[in-house]
Amino acid sequence: MTDFLKELTNFLAADVRTAVPLLLAATGLIFSERSGIVNIGAEGMMLIGALAGVAGSYFLGHAWMGVLVAALVGVLLGLLFGFLVVTARASQIVIGAAFNLLGLGLTTSLARVIFGVNTSPPPIDAFKPVAVPGLSRIPVLGEVIFHQTQLTYLALVLVPVTYFILFKTTLGLKVRAVGEYPRAADTVGINVYRIRYGASMVCGMFCGLAGAYLSLSLLNFFTENMTAGKGFIALATVIFGKWNPFGVLGAALVFGAGEALQYRLQAAGANVPYQLLLMIPYLLTIAALAGFVGRAVPPASSGRPYVKE
Amino acid sequence: MAYLLEMQDIVKDFGTLRANDHINLKVEEGEIHALLGENGAGKSTLMNILYGLYHPTSGTILFRGKPVRLNSPHDAINLGIGMVHQHFMLVPALTVVENIILGMPRRWGLVDLKTAAQEIREVARSYGYDIDPFAKVWQLSVGEQQRVEIIKALYRGARLLILDEPTAVLTPQEVRELFRVIRRLAEEKYTVIFISHKLNEVMELCTRVTVLRGGKLVGTVNTCDTTKEELARMMVGREVFFQLDKEPPSLGDVVLEMDKVEALNEKGLKALKGVSLEVRAGEILGIAGVDGNGQSELAQVITGMRKLSAGRIRIKGRDVTGTGARYIYEQRVAHIPEDRQAEGLVMDMSIKENLILRQYYRPPFAKGLFLKWPAIKENAVQLMKEYDIRAPHEEFLAKTLSGGNQQKVVLAREVSTQPDLIVAMHPTRGLDVGATEYVHRRLLAERDRGAAVLLISTELDEILNLSDRIAVIYEGEIMGVVPRDRADREELGLMMAGSKRLKAS
Ligand SMILES: Nc1ncnc2c1ncn2[C@@H]1O[C@H](COP(=O)(O)OP(=O)(O)OP(=O)(O)O)[C@@H](O)[C@H]1O
Ligand SMILES: [Mg+2]
Repeated sequence: MTDFLKELTNFLAADVRTAVPLLLAATGLIFSERSGIVNIGAEGMMLIGALAGVAGSYFLGHAWMGVLVAALVGVLLGLLFGFLVVTARASQIVIGAAFNLLGLGLTTSLARVIFGVNTSPPPIDAFKPVAVPGLSRIPVLGEVIFHQTQLTYLALVLVPVTYFILFKTTLGLKVRAVGEYPRAADTVGINVYRIRYGASMVCGMFCGLAGAYLSLSLLNFFTENMTAGKGFIALATVIFGKWNPFGVLGAALVFGAGEALQYRLQAAGANVPYQLLLMIPYLLTIAALAGFVGRAVPPASSGRPYVKE
Repeated sequence: MAYLLEMQDIVKDFGTLRANDHINLKVEEGEIHALLGENGAGKSTLMNILYGLYHPTSGTILFRGKPVRLNSPHDAINLGIGMVHQHFMLVPALTVVENIILGMPRRWGLVDLKTAAQEIREVARSYGYDIDPFAKVWQLSVGEQQRVEIIKALYRGARLLILDEPTAVLTPQEVRELFRVIRRLAEEKYTVIFISHKLNEVMELCTRVTVLRGGKLVGTVNTCDTTKEELARMMVGREVFFQLDKEPPSLGDVVLEMDKVEALNEKGLKALKGVSLEVRAGEILGIAGVDGNGQSELAQVITGMRKLSAGRIRIKGRDVTGTGARYIYEQRVAHIPEDRQAEGLVMDMSIKENLILRQYYRPPFAKGLFLKWPAIKENAVQLMKEYDIRAPHEEFLAKTLSGGNQQKVVLAREVSTQPDLIVAMHPTRGLDVGATEYVHRRLLAERDRGAAVLLISTELDEILNLSDRIAVIYEGEIMGVVPRDRADREELGLMMAGSKRLKAS
């Protein structure tokens, strides 16, 4: 294998690894935004998920138990979010911001309580790359896609599953209708509140998974503020991917590439201040949000509470 | 005989406002029953209760003789009740078939769009409708959207169909088409509750009429035992004059001059193709035409809300081409926009705020950067009295007003400044007979004061009643201009359909 191919393979594999947390969170955000809820608290939910994952694995002794705990905690966070914005009709933006603050504060203190201060991270069971027999031997692609951790495979499988649910099932149709025009959905007997609660909980679950991926798959410990803005980039990923699961997959790979590129350049000792390199993913985000991908039309009722009568 | 539906002693309170006050409504199977009443009389409220969207404060509903509880539209749909709302309940971003099957159980919970589309085509065809199930709803005209709504209800097995002001937004041809379908349904023992402000339609289509006024029941009569005038009296509580007294116009200078104006619509297509018009002070120029032939764009270019792609517009001799909405407004141009809820009002603002949207930045309503609330309030109190805007107080939100009162707010804001040119589009759409009469008289009074009025309407009766001259617009072109006394319905109809064109006059 030439050096170039090796470089490329490494780069793409890093791309996939950095893309997966974005993909997971963004997939969850698709559900919530399609139902009309904008959840800018994804960052905080991911962070809590990351800690929950580590704690689950630490106490229950198995990485998959960590994932389960992270997902459950995510569902509960989604439920709380749903209660606040759907039933209590609080501003989605304010509540989202509050979740981010809560996530940062809560995880920082809890992590110290659980694992102590200034100690090296305890050994926990985490995910290791698993080669898919056969497929992993395909040149370049095999290493990039079929030599990843199980959580990565899960994230990839959830893309078509999400697509199927949203566009091929009556449930998905309801979700989309509720996000576009809740009153119309109401008049055909759809329970708008129930759909929004459900979507918010699914979103929370995905954010939990995304967090668990960070702490159990990408790394195998929890650090303070380890999401470092990934929840916000996930929001941009949703817009960039036009609220479509496959679009979001592509967008996550683009953002992932930005981050992977930054690591590569830093590692290669490029003659650029690393702060500039760190900006790459965020510049991409701004470009996406500024509409460089063509018009991105969000669901018409996104962000607006629904009031019966 | 047993009734299909009996609503007994229905009361509905919104806070302190009693929208329905002990209303009784009895509907027989297979009849076309009209529900009449002024704006805000409580018709939509009563129907929303029947459809399970609102819960009555008290009262009982009997369906096929049995008392029923309607907790949500779901229950109503299960009983075979379908409703086409005043403002359509379709999701614009979804396709026709998705809208129609929305919320219905399907096999395995999957949306089998192909089978559904086939079934929908068949239902549609059996009523002589031809719809494309895969079109997105936003691409459809209002008339087509209404057909989708009707099919949506029938496809769900509705046997009682509530039509809330279905004709307000239709062209005359579409109204005829709708009546044909409603009659077919009645023949097949479907029951229809029909809400309309147009008494001619009610007399023509319905067997019985129930009239509401101020949330109370006035009575139920057979159409064969009553007259239009009597119905109007029942609704309004006083005599209504359908014929307006009109003085001959005393013409002044040319106020609006359009010279070969062209403009594009949202889709980038030419919506106005060289329109040249003149309106003088003291006259009403009516623009007749079927909806969607460039009327919206016409009103928008004159009021500065849309760019011209060619041509010039002069107001009182001054070239205003390419200037903006505020500049044109300051030339004393008033605009009564076609959609009062989207363009005429800020629905979440109070009456008093809506009344100064045009002038908020100058005295007496502002001083420097600050608003003068006492002046704003006083303005509102005065205009509400002068324009008969019925609301408890000036802090009331625009969205909680009935359609007629919303329109009066727009009218008051636009007309109270004594404009020289008034561009009025569908000024009485959805208004009851009393409010319509009021708006018509106001517009005539403005003309007599010396304002130039451009009246754009799809209602030929309105155009014929008010205009001094009539222009017909078809596919963005003026097919001809005729003086009112030489206008002939048939001829106008031909011009509206594009099959006749007068020589430039
Ligand atoms: N959701 C609501 N909250 C508060 N008040 C309401 C609400 N809906 C209707 N109203 C009030 O109840 C009264 C009856 O309204 P309704 O819409 O039933 O009138 P309507 O007869 O259908 O009038 P229109 O001919 O203008 O459609 C009005 O005074 C209206 O302002
Ligand atoms: Mg109504």
